[in-house]
Amino acid sequence: MPALPLDEAGKYVAGAYVVFFALILIYVTILGAKIARIDRELTQLAEDDDR
Amino acid sequence: MYSKGFMPLATATVVALTTALALAFFYAPLDADQGFVQKIFYVHVPMAIVALGGFVAGGVMGILHLRSGDPSWDLRSYVAIHLSVILGSGVLITGAIWAKASWGHWWVWDEPVLVSFLVVFLLYCVYYPLRFSIEDPERQARYSSVFAIVAGAFVPLNFVAVRMAETFTHPRVLSQTGGSLPGEMRLTFLVSLLAMALLFVTLWKLELTAKHASMQLKRLRRRLDARVTA
Repeated sequence: MPALPLDEAGKYVAGAYVVFFALILIYVTILGAKIARIDRELTQLAEDDDR
Repeated sequence: MYSKGFMPLATATVVALTTALALAFFYAPLDADQGFVQKIFYVHVPMAIVALGGFVAGGVMGILHLRSGDPSWDLRSYVAIHLSVILGSGVLITGAIWAKASWGHWWVWDEPVLVSFLVVFLLYCVYYPLRFSIEDPERQARYSSVFAIVAGAFVPLNFVAVRMAETFTHPRVLSQTGGSLPGEMRLTFLVSLLAMALLFVTLWKLELTAKHASMQLKRLRRRLDARVTA
């Protein structure tokens, strides 16, 4: 198959890189939410212990 | 425990990823055969190598768990496999995009590299139901380690089998003769591989830190509950 012209190939290349960065972003967001939840629960636990 | 040295590692990862992207788009020459589409190579292949390396690392950590009985090795093994499965899904999607652009099809069933990677990916998808169907933590860790070791040993075997299969469709990039990559492409590829490996280690440490913090929190809550009831 002959090489695709730049405008058409660009869409595929952009798609591949977007998939990669989206995966990393989703993963980091989920982990960030998890760490934030742990932080909230830890604060709550410390407050309960103070009372 | 796991967060030691995290910030320098995360900084190195960001620098390496930025450098890899800059090299891929502004330094590496256009491929004579595939043209601009070949730029997918710099994300797809390092991701595949790191994912397979992560599976093998998960197996090695499984061995360390069975030898030492230390549950932290099981946790390390689980996180390595979990991350490799995520990267593996990225490999399959970017591979399908590259296949469509180069060959005109999203998937080619008679291409051993593609199919063998899918087999490895599906094998590791089984890890989750196996792990989470066992309630007893000790048994769960032991069975998961055994799976990680057996499946981890399958990965290099699979790689060798694919290498032995004769094909001219999928380019051989890493071979004993040095492959067919010119200098600029080779450098870009190696930097991309380093960036991907650093990303893997950074995310691995991040998830381990989160899991360790969560376990510590549960332990603390149990202790406080026991104090309240006493």
